[in-house]
Amino acid sequence: MNHPVDVQREPLLRVKHLKKYFPVRSGLFSRISGWVKAVDDVSLEVQSGETFGLVGESGCGKTTVGRTILRLMEPTAGEVVFEGRHLFQLDSRELRRLRQRMQIIFQDPYSSLNPRMTVGAIIGEPLKIHRLAHGSELDAQVEALLKRVGLRPEFRSRYPHEFSGGQRQRIGIARALALRPRFIVCDEAVSALDVSIQAQILNLLKELQEEYHLAYLFITHDLNVVEYLAHRIAVMYLGQLAEVAPADALFRHPKHPYTQALFSANPVPDPTRRGKRIVLEGDVPSPLHPPSGCRFHTRCPHVMPVCKTEEPPLIQIGDSNGTIQVWCHLYT
Amino acid sequence: MRDTIEQQRTPHADSVLAEEPLVPHETPWQEFVRIFLQNRLAVASCVVLVLLLIAALAGKVLTEWVVVFDPETVRLPDKFRPPLSRPNDHLVPAHDRPVLGMYLFGTDELGRDVFARMLQGSFVSLSIGFIAVGISMVIGIVLGGLSGFYGNVKLGFITVDTLIMRFTDVMLCFPTFFLILTVVALLPPSIYNIMVVIGLTSWMGTARFVRAEFLALREQDFVVAAQALGLPERRIIFRHMVPNAIAPVLVSATIGVATAILTESALSFLGFGVQPPYATWGNILAGGKGFIFDAPWLFFIPGMAIFIVVLAFNLVGEGLREALNPRLRNR
Repeated sequence: MNHPVDVQREPLLRVKHLKKYFPVRSGLFSRISGWVKAVDDVSLEVQSGETFGLVGESGCGKTTVGRTILRLMEPTAGEVVFEGRHLFQLDSRELRRLRQRMQIIFQDPYSSLNPRMTVGAIIGEPLKIHRLAHGSELDAQVEALLKRVGLRPEFRSRYPHEFSGGQRQRIGIARALALRPRFIVCDEAVSALDVSIQAQILNLLKELQEEYHLAYLFITHDLNVVEYLAHRIAVMYLGQLAEVAPADALFRHPKHPYTQALFSANPVPDPTRRGKRIVLEGDVPSPLHPPSGCRFHTRCPHVMPVCKTEEPPLIQIGDSNGTIQVWCHLYT
Repeated sequence: MRDTIEQQRTPHADSVLAEEPLVPHETPWQEFVRIFLQNRLAVASCVVLVLLLIAALAGKVLTEWVVVFDPETVRLPDKFRPPLSRPNDHLVPAHDRPVLGMYLFGTDELGRDVFARMLQGSFVSLSIGFIAVGISMVIGIVLGGLSGFYGNVKLGFITVDTLIMRFTDVMLCFPTFFLILTVVALLPPSIYNIMVVIGLTSWMGTARFVRAEFLALREQDFVVAAQALGLPERRIIFRHMVPNAIAPVLVSATIGVATAILTESALSFLGFGVQPPYATWGNILAGGKGFIFDAPWLFFIPGMAIFIVVLAFNLVGEGLREALNPRLRNR
C-alpha cells in the first residue's frame, strides 16, 4: 500500500494556469499562422514525498508540462511555485541554484547520456559544477551513488555505450540524485524498457523515494505503472486536465468519460476480468484547432448540447482519501 | 502487474548487479582505432600522408636551411635530363652536382633538380592545405555554432540564425575560384595571402555542418539534462555539444585539405599563386606543360603527386567518417 501523504502543508510544487503554446509558421516570411496549444491552462499541486502521476495519450502535452515546470522550456503563461519561490521570475543565476532541488529522468536511456563522457564524469559533473565535492570526496560520492542505484562502483570509468538500457537508466537516475533533489520529473522513465527491467527500475524509484523523501511527477502513458507507483493521478486530454484524483479512487470509480474510456482500454493480466470496453469514435482532434467548449465533446459518449459551447467547470468531489477534481458538465 | 512487480522486488538494490552481461570494455578511442584499422585503403592513405608529412618537413629543412637538395641551381648543360639520369660530369661543376649522384626526378628546362623542387613544393602545398583549412574550420565552427545555439536570439528584426545563414548563402553564391583569382590579382602574390584567401572562402560547408549538428544536439536528452542540472551555458556548449559535433567536421576538414591543395595548385598553374623561383607543385606543373612531349616527367611527377595526395586525404576522410559516425556503431 502506498504510504499516506500529508496533504495539509503547503505543497512542494504548485502549478497555476500553466500555458505553453507553440507558434506555427508558414509562408514566405514565416509569419505565425496559428498556435499549437500543447498545454492550455493546467493547474496542479505536488506534495513533498508524493508521486503524482500524469497520464494521457501521446501528444496530449504531458511531456511539455514536465519540461515547462522545470523551465527547460519557457512557458507562455502561468506560474510555478516551487518551495515557495516563483520559478518563472528567477534570473538565470538563481534558477541554476534552484535546479539542484529539482531534476528530471528521461525516457530514452540511449540519448540521455553524453556518449563521450565516462559514467563517473556524467554523475560527478553536477557535484563538481555546483562545488559540492571535489577530489577524492567526489570519487567517493560518485561510487556511493552508483552503488545506491545498483551498479558496481568500478563502472565509473566506463562509457555509456557499454551498458544495457536498464543500466543506463540507473545511471540517469544516479545523475538526477547526485544533487539531492526534492522533486524529480520522471518523463516516461520506464516506457523504453523491458517489462522485467521496468519493474526493477520502478522498485528502485520507490525505494529512493522512501529513502530521500522525494516527490515525483511521473509522466507516463502506462496505467499499470502509475497504479503501482502514484498516490494521485492527473489525466490529460489535448493539453488540458480532465480529472485529478487519488490513485485508488481513480482506478475504482473514474469520473470523467475520457478517464473511463482510457481505463476500459487498459489491458489487465487477468482473464477472468472482462470489463466493458468503451470504444471512442474518431481521432484525437488537432491541438491546432481544438474543439470549442469541452475538448472531449467530439468523442464523448455522454455528450450534451452544453458541452459544445461552454468549457466545463471544475467540480470538486469529496472522497474518503482525498478530493477528486473533474472537469465535466456531467457533474454540474 | 502489481503481483509480478512484487515478485521481482529485491531486498537490496545490489543484487541486480548482473542484470545483463556487459559488452567488452572499450573506450571510444579504442573503438575508433579498431574500426579505422579495418579500412585498408584508409590505413594505406594514412601511411602515404605520414610519408608526405615527413617529406614536407625534410623538404623545408633540406632545401632551405641545410641545403642538401638545391632547388634553385641552374645547370644549363643538364637541362631536360630524364629521371634517374647521371649529371654531365665534365660540364657541370662539382659543387652543382646533385647529392645522390643522379637526378632522381630529372631536371627541367633550366637544368634545375625536379626532386629538390618537389621537396620544396611539398611543404608549401601541405602548409597551405593545413592553414587554409584551419582558418575555415575556426570561422565555420564559430559561425555554425552561434547560428545553431543562439539561433533564436533576435537582432532587431531578424534572428541570429537568419543573419548568419543568409550570409553563408551569399558566400556560397560566389564562384569561389574566380573570387580567389580576383583577390589574389589585387593583393601581392604571397603564400600567406593565398592561405588566408582560401581559408576565407571555404568555411561555408563547415558552418552548415556545425549548425545542423548543434540543432540536432540541442534536442538531445543529455543536453537537456545538462541544462536541468544547472550547468553553465559555456560548459554545455564546450563539454557536451562540441565533442559530439566535431566528428563530421573532422571528416570535412580532411577532405578540405585536399581541396585547398588542389586550389593552390590550380592558382599556381595559372600563375596567380606562389611566384617563381619558389617552387610549388602547381608551378612545376605549369612550367612542364610546354614540354609535354619532350619531357613528360615535368608534368607527370607533380601531377601524380597532387593526385596521390588528394586521393589519400579523401580516403582518410572516408575512413574517419566510417570510424567516427556514431550512427553506424553498434550500441
